[in-house]
Amino acid sequence: MKKVVENANDLMYLLKSGMTIMSGGFGLCGIPENMINAVSDSELKDLTVISNNIGVDNFGLGKWLTKRQIKKILASYVGENKEFERMLINGEVEMEFVPQGTLAERIRAGGAGIPAFYVATGVGTEIAEGKETKTFDGKTYIMERGLKADIALIKAWKGDDAGNLVFKATAQNFNTAMAMAGKVTIAEVEEIVPSGSLDPNHIHVPGIFVQHIFEGKNYEKRIERITLSNQI
Amino acid sequence: MALTKEQIAQRIALEIKDGYYINLGIGIPTLIANYIPDDVHVTLHSENGLLGMGPFPSDENVDADLINAGKQTVTVLPDGAFFDSSMSFAMIRGGHIDLTVLGAFEVSEAGDIASWKIPGKMIKGMGGAMDLVAAADNIIVAMQHTNRAGESKLLKKCTLPLTGANCIKKIVTDLALLELDERGFVLKERAPGVSVDHIQKSTEGNLIIEGEIPEMKL
Repeated sequence: MKKVVENANDLMYLLKSGMTIMSGGFGLCGIPENMINAVSDSELKDLTVISNNIGVDNFGLGKWLTKRQIKKILASYVGENKEFERMLINGEVEMEFVPQGTLAERIRAGGAGIPAFYVATGVGTEIAEGKETKTFDGKTYIMERGLKADIALIKAWKGDDAGNLVFKATAQNFNTAMAMAGKVTIAEVEEIVPSGSLDPNHIHVPGIFVQHIFEGKNYEKRIERITLSNQI
Repeated sequence: MALTKEQIAQRIALEIKDGYYINLGIGIPTLIANYIPDDVHVTLHSENGLLGMGPFPSDENVDADLINAGKQTVTVLPDGAFFDSSMSFAMIRGGHIDLTVLGAFEVSEAGDIASWKIPGKMIKGMGGAMDLVAAADNIIVAMQHTNRAGESKLLKKCTLPLTGANCIKKIVTDLALLELDERGFVLKERAPGVSVDHIQKSTEGNLIIEGEIPEMKL
């Protein structure tokens, strides 16, 4: 089966309203810009979105928010999005805050066939409310569930026809685990390279986790906080 | 004189030992990197997937793909490493980070910390703070002793939603260095020129004063 397609629009038939969608990235770093834009240009709605953050006003996943395409969000930090904070206070969107490490592990576990696991994170806080607890070696842990998605949208630096992916710097973040947790994973990359040109020793995500791949266009790669050495 | 933010960072830097892997939170903790002595080699961890975090970049070295947990542009040192979020938190949860320094709104005498949410006012999320405080044996909280109205932030019981329960063992404020044990806040050092009496008045939680309390050496 051919995994490579021309662009984001070729894959939009896979996405339906009401789906659970994972979207990779940390802040605006390593986000699947092409697929995010294609969804925001569509009429999709009632999406459940799993992502560490929710973009900024009118960029990244913030575009889906502005268009009221999101029903529910699972994220660890949404502080960069003022529109979202307003919607949350007005009850216009459902929100489940998940500690960042728990979120990463829930996604990894979901993709690795692990339905639940125990962590100490959140014990004694509101995160633990309603969750099963268990004591191991005298310490209390709470049970967290693995997460899966109908579609995982991820972004890598380079990829090949087989769907093997390589990331650059800190743009890897949640993309790796999400590749595993998507029932269908769509990878967009800055460059599709010829078969055999990626060193198998250096693959971050093996192609088995990637069903569709395309070379993205016009990456904006917006930076939230440009901080320079001569400013401090 | 109460310590400046830079002096709080400077005092915490004295707690750092050669070879440490360290996670520094946003705010005062970030400043600590400026005060680590040259002969103490440490590796900075950023939870978005970076070990060996270097200084902020020069104009020509800015890379949108290379940021820290505060979403600031940074650099990577020659012996650094990149990895994914689940591995990054395996480092944290698995106890591989030697020291975590973070800020707080409130700390209680039982070692509870509140740092992520002010109901009705601020709903941003906890990010990685809950994972960090639940996992680390060695956590230092860097904070102001009182709020702008002069009310203590070192309390009998936290009033805000918790980030973690019974997990904080050391605090450096603008007034003092304190350690926590089952009795409460144990006063270990005073900021230069700050009296024990002043610290007592600024601490709502149980403050333990044992013997002469030395002044901090910065």
